[in-house]
Amino acid sequence: MIGEVVRLVLGRLLALIPVLLGISVLVWGLSALALGDPARASMGQRADPAAVERLRRELELDRPAAVRYVRWVGRVVRGDLGLSLRDRRPVTAVIAERLPATVRLAVAATLISVGAGVPIGVVAAARRRSLLDHALMAGAVLGISAPVFWLGMMLSLVFAVTLGWLPVSGYGGGDWAHLVLPALTLGALHTGVVARMTRASVLEVARQEFLQTARAKGLSETAVLLKHALRNAAIPVVTVIGLGLANLLVGAPLTETVFAWPGLGRLLVVSVDQRDVPVAMGAVLVFALVYVLGSFVVDLVYLAVDPRTRRAAAQ
Amino acid sequence: MPPPSSRVHRGLVAGGVLLAVFTAAALLAPVLAPHDPLAVVDPGTPVALQPPSARHPLGTDALGRDVLARVLFGGRVSLAVGVGVEVVVAALGGVVGLLAGYYGGLLDAALMRLTDVVMAFPTLILAIGLVAVFERPGLATVFVVLILLGWTTIARVVRGTALTLKGREFVQAARALGARDRTILFRHILPNSLGPLLVAATLGVGGNMVAEAGLSFLGLGSQPPTISWGAMLADGQSDLLTAPWAAVFPGLALLLAVLGVNLLGDGLRDVLDPRTGVE
Repeated sequence: MIGEVVRLVLGRLLALIPVLLGISVLVWGLSALALGDPARASMGQRADPAAVERLRRELELDRPAAVRYVRWVGRVVRGDLGLSLRDRRPVTAVIAERLPATVRLAVAATLISVGAGVPIGVVAAARRRSLLDHALMAGAVLGISAPVFWLGMMLSLVFAVTLGWLPVSGYGGGDWAHLVLPALTLGALHTGVVARMTRASVLEVARQEFLQTARAKGLSETAVLLKHALRNAAIPVVTVIGLGLANLLVGAPLTETVFAWPGLGRLLVVSVDQRDVPVAMGAVLVFALVYVLGSFVVDLVYLAVDPRTRRAAAQ
Repeated sequence: MPPPSSRVHRGLVAGGVLLAVFTAAALLAPVLAPHDPLAVVDPGTPVALQPPSARHPLGTDALGRDVLARVLFGGRVSLAVGVGVEVVVAALGGVVGLLAGYYGGLLDAALMRLTDVVMAFPTLILAIGLVAVFERPGLATVFVVLILLGWTTIARVVRGTALTLKGREFVQAARALGARDRTILFRHILPNSLGPLLVAATLGVGGNMVAEAGLSFLGLGSQPPTISWGAMLADGQSDLLTAPWAAVFPGLALLLAVLGVNLLGDGLRDVLDPRTGVE
């Protein structure tokens, strides 16, 4: 049994390898394309050709692409993503500085989307086809369709500008009040997705026979759903929460721009704008790694939670 | 989501109506717009950031341009990118998916690993990264970037249906009768994959519209004088306190248009495939 689990985890790990390879080739290729000729770029159009040639050799630009790629991977693995073109600081340091703000925002948004989305889905399922159900599901579609940056501005208009309850923008040195609006904004879309998924999986489970038994015992519909259906509906919901990582990461650059939140998303946008390619590509790489590793963890949780997936995967 | 029945699907109708209104408004923008969307309308008077009035139903922006006219013309860009990109994406992803699903083997493995890699990036993140590669941001860049990223979803969907369909009796029968691969692919498998493809493509249109607006909002998409809802929002944000209408209306337009597309896509899914739930 233990051996089987180890084998499954190893299998998942192995499956990561081609994806990680692909990501690295893509990011490396993109930065090579975006940089053009870094030697000429850093020395200017009228530089002495011999000096440019020297720098090219120094930067190993005269080596074949495969060699440069392998060396690049070697540096990245050691945590060296190059220097920012703007202030010559190591890209890794710049990213490390910004990452905590984004993580904080993403965690808060996830808590909101699960904390609101799951109850909304259960209530909608319990009162299915009622006015409340339709209203909640309409709200969910609205949350999914609302552009995050616009939603952020509207929330800020109401709660910060008009009512003056919360700060308009900024990090506020980690103050909680500054976190509320960005987290609500980022969490809204995913709340809609979680609510719909919860409702659908609860209803799916609710059709099954063991719930008929529970109903026959005289349990109330809410009790049936909460005690029996929700637990069995947990698997798809866990997946959707994991997939939410993608939504959160996509929303990060937009939300952080609206609220002047000093995170990785904002860093990415600004660096692309300033054509600071090493920083931009470093940020893209980190986003992709977080996403892929996040999905990997969700996969493992899946295996741990549901014995059926273990059996299916073993076959 | 109400189950499909002989009754009309409400979401489907609502989405269709919303989308029809937006399409009509975009097509008729030159007729409907009360003013030139690019011009300062009342030069000489303090025209910037006027609140909504009879003359400017949605007010004016920071440069004194009519917001209603700009929202109408912005809809053209949004819909053109949303639909235009998706047409290319559906064709490209459809062919890739058909070939991968039908032939399988090395081709399938290679194509699917490629989609794995593209899908390993959150779309907007990779889109921003791709914009960095192109020298100049602009609508053309947005177009290319969204096509490069969008085909994977369709390819996955069509591959899945092709894989199922190729084992079905009617395909086996066609093959037994000596039909060529091309006939089987385009006469038998493709028509039966159109339902899922249509659903994915419809939802893709909404995704494209949001992505275009997002990139333009970040200053990495359309550039002036091209009018985009995303760029209007970015311009409006600085005056949110004094003139919220400059940001509220383009965002509302985007919300309603995307809502229309999503309702239509969800409705199509319910109608075409009663078994699938949400997501």
